[in-house]
Amino acid sequence: MHALHEVLHAFFNLHSFTLAMPDVWAGFQVNLKMMAVAEVLVLVLALAIAIVRGLPGRGAKPFRALAIAYTDFFRGTPIIIVAFFVGFGIPGLQLGYISSRSFTTYGIVTLTLVYTAYVTEVYRAGIESVHASQRAAARSLGLSYAQTMRYVIVPQAVRRVIPPLLNDFVGLQKDTAIVSVIGVAEAASLSQQFSTQNGDFPSYLVAAVFFILITIPLARFTDHLVAQRERRERAQAF
Amino acid sequence: MSSNGNAAAPFVQVKAVSKWFGDLQVLKEVSLDVGEHNVVCLIGASGSGKSTLLRCLNMLERVEEGEIVVDGQRITHDKIDVNALRKKIGIVFQAYNLFPHMTVLQNVMLAPRKARGVSRDDAEGRARQLLGRIGLEEKADEYPDRLSGGQQQRVAIVRALAMEPKLMLLDEITSALDPQLVSDVLNLVRELAESGMTMIIATHEMGFAREVADKICFLDNGRILEEGGPEQIFRDPREPRTREFLARVLEAEKMS
Repeated sequence: MHALHEVLHAFFNLHSFTLAMPDVWAGFQVNLKMMAVAEVLVLVLALAIAIVRGLPGRGAKPFRALAIAYTDFFRGTPIIIVAFFVGFGIPGLQLGYISSRSFTTYGIVTLTLVYTAYVTEVYRAGIESVHASQRAAARSLGLSYAQTMRYVIVPQAVRRVIPPLLNDFVGLQKDTAIVSVIGVAEAASLSQQFSTQNGDFPSYLVAAVFFILITIPLARFTDHLVAQRERRERAQAF
Repeated sequence: MSSNGNAAAPFVQVKAVSKWFGDLQVLKEVSLDVGEHNVVCLIGASGSGKSTLLRCLNMLERVEEGEIVVDGQRITHDKIDVNALRKKIGIVFQAYNLFPHMTVLQNVMLAPRKARGVSRDDAEGRARQLLGRIGLEEKADEYPDRLSGGQQQRVAIVRALAMEPKLMLLDEITSALDPQLVSDVLNLVRELAESGMTMIIATHEMGFAREVADKICFLDNGRILEEGGPEQIFRDPREPRTREFLARVLEAEKMS
């Protein structure tokens, strides 16, 4: 009983919790920035790669192969390894501008590389789920392949994949903590610092609360979208 | 008038076209001429090749042997501009295939705007006019899933007409409709026929085919087994298979 009491006291100490707040909040702003930038980049890049992967014809074969190699590599590699490659590898290359960015930037690059690979697959599933008759209808009206994708296929695909896509974003938001391994001063690493200095753990709890607070709204929003679609589809069935 | 200046040539010429899906030959040396302003109806059992023939005509399917000429242009040629060709040929499908994420108006405006570069105002004016013609102007801002099957199919026809095609291909456009919704769609097709639109129509509606067609082709197992004027085909079919098919269809119509 005594040991349990000790642990509880070490984590749930209101005074220490309040003290840790400003430091961890300062770090969490870095997490928020990485999330926001990476999510925008992922949305755009993943769609581009998904489209490249679906290009028809023999001429596009090398591009398709490249897109497949990309997703295979970055889905298969643990994010922490990618972080090491990017965070220590790129500065080591001594390539002037691109080798002298901040840790935060390399963190964003890491998150973008990995999550673009996941989200590419999500988009691809969405594109393939649009029935072939939609493509036939658009092409038979004289729209080109690119116009058919742009106006008919992609808009329908994106609508369908929003819930799984937001799910991946929940993962991305939490993984902003992992890139602390390359030296990004974000919420997790700052809470660890605070904990070492104070000899207790409430700072970890502070970090956990921040992450949960931004994840819950996203999760509820995803639920809401799924429920809305189900209602709509049921209404159509009658 | 065909654009090659040879007024005597039929608007559509299908010459000994064959097509396979894997090992299965779905079209067997099909030949067919369609004159300008003529209506040709393709009849025959499901799987006889009617839809495939229509899909070959606007290159949704590739022809493996033979030749198709539309408006003086050999479309089975490798270097054909597919998009340009399709702007001249409208096709309407059994399952309507409206774009579900766009309103009725946007469905009708999309191709004129993007494929032909018509201005937004002109495209919208024309779309509203066409929708007015089929009595659906007040549905312009609805999404397709709010419309009945018959209304959706009429919108699909109008969407094809908005491109001002010279040839319309109708692929069993009433087969997915409830019986009471069929007549509105057929009336619209009848109007089109009267206005001189060149059409090739795959259909199971024998009464309708008999009424609007200049020529009927009976397809059986990938072949045009018999063709002729509607009176000849329906009153006095030469081929036993045609007779058999018509007897079966008429029997089924009586039962329903």
